[in-house]
Amino acid sequence: MTDTSNYIEGLTGSWEIVMGLEIHAQVVSNSKLFSGAPTEFGAEQNTQVSLVDAALPGMLPVINEKCVEQAVRTGLGLKAQVNLRSVFDRKNYFYPDLPQGYQISQFKYPIIGEGIVEIDLSNGDTKDVRIERLHLEQDAGKSLHDQHPSMSFVDLNRSGVALMEIVSMPDMRSAEEAQAFVKKIRAILRYLGTCDGNMEQGSMRADVNVSVRRPGDELGTRCEIKNVNSIRFIGQAIEYEARRQVEVIEDGGTIKQETRLFDSKAGVTRSMRSKEEAHDYRYFPDPDLLPLVFTQEYVDAIAATLPELPDDKKARFVSEYGLSIYDAGVLVSEKARAEFFEDVAKGRDAKMASNWVTGEFFGALNKAGLAIDTSPVSAKQLGALIELIKDDTISGRIAKDVFEIMFETGDDPAKIVEEKGLRQVTDLGAIEAAIDEVMAANPDKVQQAIEKPKMVGWFVGQVMKATSGKANPQAVNKLLAAKFPPLAED
Amino acid sequence: MTELTKLTLTEARDKLVAKEFTAQELTQAYVSAIEAARPLNAYVLETADKALEMAKASDARLQKGEGGALEGVPLGIKDLFCTKDVRTTACSHILDGYVPAYESSVTANLWADGAVLLGKLNNDEFAMGSSNETSFEGPAVNPWRRKGDDTQLVPGGSSGGSSAAVAAHIALATTATDTGGSIRQPAAFTGTVGLKPTYGRCPRWGVIAFASSLDQPGPITRTVRDAAVMLKSMAGFDPKDTTSADVPVPDYEAALTGDIRGLKVGIPKEYRVDGMAAEIDALWQQGIDWLKQAGAEIVDVSLPHTKYALPAYYIVAPAEASSNLARYDGVRYGLRVDGDNITDMYEKTRAAGFGDEVKRRVMVGTYVLSAGYYDAYYIKAQKVRTLISQDFAKAYEKCDVLLTPTTPTPAFGIGENIDDPLSMYLNDVFTVTANLAGLPGISVPAGLSANGLPLGLQLIGKSFDEETLLRTAGVLEEAAAFTAAPEAWWRA
Repeated sequence: MTDTSNYIEGLTGSWEIVMGLEIHAQVVSNSKLFSGAPTEFGAEQNTQVSLVDAALPGMLPVINEKCVEQAVRTGLGLKAQVNLRSVFDRKNYFYPDLPQGYQISQFKYPIIGEGIVEIDLSNGDTKDVRIERLHLEQDAGKSLHDQHPSMSFVDLNRSGVALMEIVSMPDMRSAEEAQAFVKKIRAILRYLGTCDGNMEQGSMRADVNVSVRRPGDELGTRCEIKNVNSIRFIGQAIEYEARRQVEVIEDGGTIKQETRLFDSKAGVTRSMRSKEEAHDYRYFPDPDLLPLVFTQEYVDAIAATLPELPDDKKARFVSEYGLSIYDAGVLVSEKARAEFFEDVAKGRDAKMASNWVTGEFFGALNKAGLAIDTSPVSAKQLGALIELIKDDTISGRIAKDVFEIMFETGDDPAKIVEEKGLRQVTDLGAIEAAIDEVMAANPDKVQQAIEKPKMVGWFVGQVMKATSGKANPQAVNKLLAAKFPPLAED
Repeated sequence: MTELTKLTLTEARDKLVAKEFTAQELTQAYVSAIEAARPLNAYVLETADKALEMAKASDARLQKGEGGALEGVPLGIKDLFCTKDVRTTACSHILDGYVPAYESSVTANLWADGAVLLGKLNNDEFAMGSSNETSFEGPAVNPWRRKGDDTQLVPGGSSGGSSAAVAAHIALATTATDTGGSIRQPAAFTGTVGLKPTYGRCPRWGVIAFASSLDQPGPITRTVRDAAVMLKSMAGFDPKDTTSADVPVPDYEAALTGDIRGLKVGIPKEYRVDGMAAEIDALWQQGIDWLKQAGAEIVDVSLPHTKYALPAYYIVAPAEASSNLARYDGVRYGLRVDGDNITDMYEKTRAAGFGDEVKRRVMVGTYVLSAGYYDAYYIKAQKVRTLISQDFAKAYEKCDVLLTPTTPTPAFGIGENIDDPLSMYLNDVFTVTANLAGLPGISVPAGLSANGLPLGLQLIGKSFDEETLLRTAGVLEEAAAFTAAPEAWWRA
């Protein structure tokens, strides 16, 4: 069935956006793709550069086996074809931050072939996006234009760092789908430990191919938006670019195939170079490197160490913990979230754990701008809080206050409950005394409540207030019901 | 020539061990000979002080009986090999003043065995040439001259400094590299022995690249035995070079048994090319007879795709070179000619830094890799390469080693071919096939041309079977008994 909800309405009718993405993901490894230089982020300029990275005369690349393993691991995570033989090619072009004058990449024979990724949409639906390929390639260095009045400098720390380029088929039809795709890829890479997915540090970035067409028509001419480095920008860039293309076509123009850049400040895409200006990269197999060949046994050994991936985890959370698909999706979207939840849920009420983690906990983190690994409240502490609710030490209402204090102080919930005297009053005599006191002080309200049973709620509130919220709400309700017989008949 | 510089490498090695003279004495003799031979322009950098220092250390080790396989042996090193703290430019203007902070694997192996560095040797710029005339340092000159003619001749190329130095006895042996014949052709032109090992036998790390899939380091020496000793030291697996072979290095000297009885020697009929000089043909026949007399069996074989080898080579080699030389961009080291912007700087630097032949090959290489031409040229050439390898594989079902001439002509005059790239490229017609197939080949001096110039015969062996190659070469050398030597006209 055709989903028309994503169509853009132009002046002349509906348009469909078609998108394919190329995601560049920096491989988690201690050293570069073809040299032993370290890859740490944020090191001082030109301190992580080997003779090979600087392309000194006579230097030769040697493949880093760890990077190969990471690419295979990622391929397995994308349910993709792992090619036992692949070839490294040279992509030739001149640029000051490209010391060799070529980038070593994989062109004709990539290490990973076709795969599939299921993306999660906000309406709860899922959709399959096909992966065309994944290949290994070298990152370039960085040109620095702000160090000298008349010259540019080059920092080669990134030169030669291993990247995985993950190319999707043109299967996405909305900015949301494209964003969901990037999120899902990021989650999978993080689960696998093959890329840290930190887009703000540049370890993951996307090129977005956008075209528009009349629904059902052939694919339109695409423009490639290069190097978009946040999920929010991906959405903005697509929205802008699709509208731009529709306007051009509706004004009687045609779309030229070109490379564009997204200006995040202005929120627009701008032409970078046309197809005619595109480089002829003169790809050819790198004669310094033999074809990359490994055995199925090697692949199988890596497969045996694969962790549970987001989709499988989601299914398990639904079946094992009885969570809703939506909640399970929220929890597995990041590995750290899922792990936190499972730590909280272990041996406790899983649904309650899910509610607390996705509700109060994520809310507080969000508000404070913190991540799970910097959270002041640990999974163990949140679990302890849930236990206090479960064994009636505190009410759910009080628990929220306790949580707030926990988040501020990092203290254990039991300590807070004791210190603040928040333990729930379950002594029926004490509660009844409080009820009697309130009833005695408010005879008019008693009369009203007898006539209008809903007024009893007012007494619940007053009793809770009188006990500083510590009275067990169920006990209060029960005792009040006994005082107002019409209620008991309900 | 002193008594000391007359010795072969193996003779000098043995006498050093026997303490008949010291490494310092031997090195000093070479240092003096080098100074006296400057008209040959064989050395582009003399490192006399370093040589004497290394020789002193060698003497200390020899004294303690701890000498390595080449202890105290003075060598010249082709300027394509990066030598730590010693200027290395591949004889190109674009690498002006480049001093590597690292040592190539091959030279590191040689120094580890006790050899002594005399200096860096001239070569065609980036090893692109067959005459040493494309060197930014000016041409090296062949010690040999035609009978009764003082025309200056080329020493071959690209390893022209290496061949001239060995022929003129201003190095005991030299390193060289061979991409299409750059070891064997200069050896043939100078009456020396040139050995191109199997691709992957000697590591390429630290050797300035010309065409990565073809380049192979090897020695130029005065005798086959010297070549065997040099190869043993130069060769070996290098984890820094993925294309170097992880196979054991045999004792090549021990392979020189002189016994080739029953050996099957293949004679490829396609190497009898049109217009080949009668004296080359006659020498080839002579070589066949010598090997037959030594007990070898002569077998006619066919290498049908030989005629496509040269065109294929002149596609593959420039293609790789165009990419390998992209790193010389003026950004990080070597020559920089300032420009208005980065592209202008690139263009000015490369225009000034590369010579004509290098530019020609970079352009050819860029062209054959371009969109629309890649399949017609590069892919086609790679297919030819496969066919040539298959030719050899088939031939080796019938024989153990092949015998051919090394070059179609003896050495020619400086300037005679420089404006005619195509006839210059023809120098490689007998040698490129071994590079395309990755096979080992050796040129042995076998006789003199009518005008008194040395001529070489080439043997091509099976992959990683340098032992058979050297054994056969040794027999050829003994039969040829080549004792002619150039007159030392270069001495003032």
